[in-house]
Amino acid sequence: MSDDLVLEMRNIRKEFPGVVANDGVSFDVRRGEVHALLGENGAGKSTLMNILYGLYRPDGGEIRLAGKSVSFSSAREAIQSGIGMVHQHFMLVPVMTVAENVVLGSEPRSGVLLDERVAEKRVADMAKTFRFAVDPGARIEDITVGQQQRVEIMKALYRNADILILDEPTAVLTPQEASDLFEILRTLQREGLSIIFISHKLNEVLEIADRITVLRRGKTIETVPSEGATEASLARAMVGREVLLRVDKEPAQPTDVLLEVRDLHVRDDRGIEKVRGVSFDVRAGEIVGIAGVDGNGQTELIDALAGLQKIESGTVEIAGHALTHASARAALDAGIGHIPEDRQRRGLVLEFSIAENIALHDYAKPPDAKWGWLFPKRMVQRARTLIREFDVRGGGPFTRAGGLSGGNQQKLVAAREIARDPSVLIAAQPTRGLDVGAIEYLHRRLVAERDEGRAILLVSLELEEILSLSDRILVIYEGRIVGEHTGDITEEEIGLEMLGGRETAAA
Amino acid sequence: MTDPGPSPSPEQAAAAGTLAARIALKQRAGGILVPVVTVVFALVMSGIVLAATQHSVHTALVAFQEIFDGAGLNWIFHPTTNLIDISAYNLSQTLLQTTTLILTGLSVAFAFRCGMFNIGGQGQYFVGLVVANWLGVDFAGMNPFAHILLCIVAGTLAAAAWAGIAGVLKATVGAHEVISTIMLNWIAFWVASWLFGAGGPLQNSTQPTVPVSNQVSSSARLPDFWGAQGFQGVHVGLFIALAAVVVFWVLLNRTTLGYEVRAVGFNPDAAAYGGINVKKNLVRAMAISGAFAGLAGALDMLGGTTNYQFGQLDIPFSQVGFIGIAVALLGRNTALGTLFGALLFGSLLYGSFHGLGSSAVIQPELAGNLTYIIQGLIVLFIGADVLILYVWNSRKKLRRPPANPAQPAKATAA
Ligand SMILES: Nc1ncnc2c1ncn2[C@@H]1O[C@H](COP(=O)(O)OP(=O)(O)O)[C@@H](O)[C@H]1O
Ligand SMILES: [Mg+2]
Repeated sequence: MSDDLVLEMRNIRKEFPGVVANDGVSFDVRRGEVHALLGENGAGKSTLMNILYGLYRPDGGEIRLAGKSVSFSSAREAIQSGIGMVHQHFMLVPVMTVAENVVLGSEPRSGVLLDERVAEKRVADMAKTFRFAVDPGARIEDITVGQQQRVEIMKALYRNADILILDEPTAVLTPQEASDLFEILRTLQREGLSIIFISHKLNEVLEIADRITVLRRGKTIETVPSEGATEASLARAMVGREVLLRVDKEPAQPTDVLLEVRDLHVRDDRGIEKVRGVSFDVRAGEIVGIAGVDGNGQTELIDALAGLQKIESGTVEIAGHALTHASARAALDAGIGHIPEDRQRRGLVLEFSIAENIALHDYAKPPDAKWGWLFPKRMVQRARTLIREFDVRGGGPFTRAGGLSGGNQQKLVAAREIARDPSVLIAAQPTRGLDVGAIEYLHRRLVAERDEGRAILLVSLELEEILSLSDRILVIYEGRIVGEHTGDITEEEIGLEMLGGRETAAA
Repeated sequence: MTDPGPSPSPEQAAAAGTLAARIALKQRAGGILVPVVTVVFALVMSGIVLAATQHSVHTALVAFQEIFDGAGLNWIFHPTTNLIDISAYNLSQTLLQTTTLILTGLSVAFAFRCGMFNIGGQGQYFVGLVVANWLGVDFAGMNPFAHILLCIVAGTLAAAAWAGIAGVLKATVGAHEVISTIMLNWIAFWVASWLFGAGGPLQNSTQPTVPVSNQVSSSARLPDFWGAQGFQGVHVGLFIALAAVVVFWVLLNRTTLGYEVRAVGFNPDAAAYGGINVKKNLVRAMAISGAFAGLAGALDMLGGTTNYQFGQLDIPFSQVGFIGIAVALLGRNTALGTLFGALLFGSLLYGSFHGLGSSAVIQPELAGNLTYIIQGLIVLFIGADVLILYVWNSRKKLRRPPANPAQPAKATAA
């Protein structure tokens, strides 16, 4: 058995100041398998892989490649030994072509110049063999994120990788792109490559992996074949306790209409009409989910409701009051709470403390301020209360928000928005990038807020999230609502609508 | 963008930000140690230049002492209030220089805190200077307190309005403040040259052919708190500048205005989402930034020179606005940091001129150039802060105990 192991990592240890990122981690990979590395954020997955890729040196333990002990002092050495890695943040040159990027660093030359034709031909051949569907002559900046990721994979293959590491590859992808990626990975697997697939998403791991190794707080918890494993069993291993994956909720009891949108048209910053006549209501005590593929007008819709994007035409009313051309300030004051889709770019001032971030909407109002004078002590006091109530971990009122983990950053945003007691709460991608523990918390909280009588508008690219949380689902496609559903509907049916398959259905 | 881990490094976070935001972030990452290292580095480099040009380490050391004494810093060894004492006199001149630099430094720092790079401090300084001169001459004989107040307030507000133009241009048509403030500098300079030039409206009425302004009337002169007959004393503007340091801190940290400025400076998207009017803040912060520089100009006019010579050929082209940039950067755009930065540059500017200028060991024809070289090196090193941060970080890595050889070979951990 052990002779088909292409990689063994034994008792790997790695300390950072204050954290043991890897604490005796053991892990092996067989030839031609997809081996998933599953764990919550901060479990030590990236660290382990950066060690394998020669970016970090381990404090202890052994790495064996095809039975031979190795020790890399740079990524170059790892690459020469047949290891390829696709990082979460791509490392491509935007102004160069696909082919140029792939061959960068080991270019075919004619004289001192890059032999463009040879490069392009080789890359085209590779794209064909593995069915990458990427134009070798296209510039990186002109292709989609999914295609850029394939370029990264091609880069690794071009350097003859036989072990391919993918660090959270689906985090940046739409569901369609993710399933395309899985196709590619299966092709590579058939060609004999071994693939290490890092993720914290249970369903993905079960779908693609042959074996799964679970890490928790730097330790290996278990390695199991994916056959026989369930989402529940994996979640338990990952979090260390029983996790409620399905959201537990009573049927909704909607009452008054709190948010009324009529025939809304919104253009994006480039002047393209992204919302094209959307109408819907959200009532107190219900969660309305908006399902759709990324880029179908969700962002512009939310921004328009929050006063962050100009409304071209149509009307918005909050609890009967017109809010159509309101500023962000007016929208906030009218009772809109908004968990934005990008918490780091927009939801938080990362350089601000937790207390200052909690004051972001109401810094100019009592008790935080009076007549333009700030009362930092009161901000801190309020932050203390909310940190406790929303279980934000990793720091106190004076901690820089940027120092918190993603899950705690999101809890911080949710705490701020909910504590303002909004009548309408917009939750955009509320759990994107979070681990199961944090997801569970936020989902329960959203349902609790619904039961408090808020109107909740949930926008998510995760179909599963929409299905499990929403009392009513609207499907958005190319800026229009193309379907409305209550109760039983399958993922496939909605998936079809999301791709414009049933454009006749109207809201 | 979905990296769920701890926040991106400052480099990542700032990758999309403005130039000013990038610089500010780089600097915050360095803490208080880096500015100190910067200065030490620059002084060591200057020492090497001195030693090399003079072929003597001893000469270099003596030159440093001459700069130190030239700035009057040796005053602390035998303090006296008598300005006839050379060290007391030198110190008084250093303090005058420092007064101006505190304010031009605060000016740059305030704009930085709102994510903007105000290079227009020099022009705003001129505006304050000109307005203070005009009112200081025209309203001769007013009640001194009212007259001084009038000149200071008007000079400050005029400079605020002047800088506000750059803010408005940025907020409305997106004109970059670096470009617009530089252009405003030149406009201010040439307008002032015309006003004070031969035949200009504000030109000296008793010497029609000399491009020089009238003397500010005695009712508008800032009283000296440390002076002596026949000497240029230290005027109360120093206290006004120190008060401005406090105002700067309070404004930023204890008012809603400051909260908005900081939020916009760190992350305009989040600020807008928070309900803050970003454009309004850009204009307002630029105006406040200009006010600090204008105040510097007004104080210089009312306290120090009391007239000004603008000409087309013999331009006493002051650099205080530009040195303010170095002061603010060295001071990390904080109130206290800017104060110390101003003290350092004030000492250096005056000390190197007057110390090396009358040097016992350096030939006079070299002294002036060496002065510029030393000042230039310090500015260069502050500009090269990023490099110093880098060196500093590598040094930390190298110093890790060998028992723990682990170190990132490359800073690309995802
Ligand atoms: N370069 C680093 N310096 C200090 N701490 C780090 C560094 N990289 C990771 N860590 C810490 O090590 C732990 C594991 O991180 P990581 O391997 O990135 O987790 P994962 O990829 O599973 O989310 C975390 O607590 C993280 O904060
Ligand atoms: Mg990771």
